[in-house]
Amino acid sequence: MRKLVIAISMLALAASAAFADPILDRQGLMKERGKIAGGLAKVVKGEEPFDAAAVLTQLQALQANAEKFDADVLFPAGSDTGDTTAAPKIWEDMAGFKSTEDKYLADIKAATATAPADIDTLKTQFDAITSNCGTCHKTYRVKKS
Amino acid sequence: MPWLRKLVGALVILGAVGAVAGWLLSAPVRLDGETLAKLGPGDAVKGKRIFYAGGCTSCHAKPGSQGDARLQLVGGLALKTPFGTFVPPNISQDPKDGIGAWSVEDLANAMLKGVSPSGEHFYPAFPYASYTRMNPADIADLYAFLKTLPAAAGKAPANSLGFPFNIRRGIGLWKLLYLRDQLVVAFPDGTAGPVMAGRYLVEGPGHCGECHTPRDFAGGTKKSEWLAGAVAAEGKGVVPNITSGEGGIGDWSGADIANYLETGFTPDFDSVGGAMVDVQRNIAQLTPEDRAAIAAYLKAIPPHPNGYPARKKTAK
Repeated sequence: MRKLVIAISMLALAASAAFADPILDRQGLMKERGKIAGGLAKVVKGEEPFDAAAVLTQLQALQANAEKFDADVLFPAGSDTGDTTAAPKIWEDMAGFKSTEDKYLADIKAATATAPADIDTLKTQFDAITSNCGTCHKTYRVKKS
Repeated sequence: MPWLRKLVGALVILGAVGAVAGWLLSAPVRLDGETLAKLGPGDAVKGKRIFYAGGCTSCHAKPGSQGDARLQLVGGLALKTPFGTFVPPNISQDPKDGIGAWSVEDLANAMLKGVSPSGEHFYPAFPYASYTRMNPADIADLYAFLKTLPAAAGKAPANSLGFPFNIRRGIGLWKLLYLRDQLVVAFPDGTAGPVMAGRYLVEGPGHCGECHTPRDFAGGTKKSEWLAGAVAAEGKGVVPNITSGEGGIGDWSGADIANYLETGFTPDFDSVGGAMVDVQRNIAQLTPEDRAAIAAYLKAIPPHPNGYPARKKTAK
């Protein structure tokens, strides 16, 4: 009996490792994204001092986060149900969904490439980057609770 | 059987009286002279604020347009609701396809009474149930601003509604039930100025209650659950509770609310989404004082628990 229980739990463990939950993965990625952007927002709003090196590090973190966003892996067919706020529109228009993400990444890359030296430059870049958040969430997310 | 003939006769008469009464009660009612006299000359600069507070572009801009192109008010967005599909019309200055030929009185009758220049009812998908609370002078200002916007040709497709909602006259009865120009939340005398200013912006031009308040079976907003959030009229999902009640935004400070309306980010840096994206971008065009007033009002209104059913947890 004990062996059976152990066998079953090991099987379950193996199964959960093999099928990592894409919903949890993408939610984790979005949470991290919000956290980094929130840190930069404090600098843009003047709540924290502008430090060019620290800002660049945060922008690079934002870029690394965006580069991890692989729609094919994170939004596979069938991951539209369950505990998710992803809109059905993602799967109806995968190309459109990917292109908004591509534009977001391009706007970040433009910022990291110039490495803003003053707050005004950062503000312009930050506004360009974050305007993509609403644009994507307008179409591709459904508020559920 | 004379009694049967009498009964049939009585029913026919009753039916006829009912039809006549229904017809009379459902007649479109225009503004009276007293209200029209309050319109005043109109100021386009002030009207710009009303234009953005009223969120005209959210429905009337060309779907998917960005930046200045959003001032081409050609309509055409399809609003898919349980009643059918509503398509906001062209309200650009084009005299034929848009409203370029309208007088200021025409605009006032449309926004305050939901009546078209030809004397027909508009469907309340056009949120005149909120606009009816607006000051006539603000309508005149808006009219002056709309005059500065471009004419754009092209008629939007017609609505596509099922029976009985396709009978416009029926809206007259809906108006009898729900069209009231009184403000919703009563505040005691001496309430802070920003709260009162926010009340006007939210309940009038901002028409926040149209989506954030649940509706009863006949499609009227439930004043007892004002701004408590609702099942979205369009598409799937819900519109959040924006009172301080359970599930709402009680843990947001006034500054958090104002910042959200300016930048589109929640206190924990989640982003604005859905139809609220356009609303937020409009409200971002207002002054910090106006956004602070909206926040002050939302902090002051009665708290309600969520006006929509709890989300079903799906088994994993």
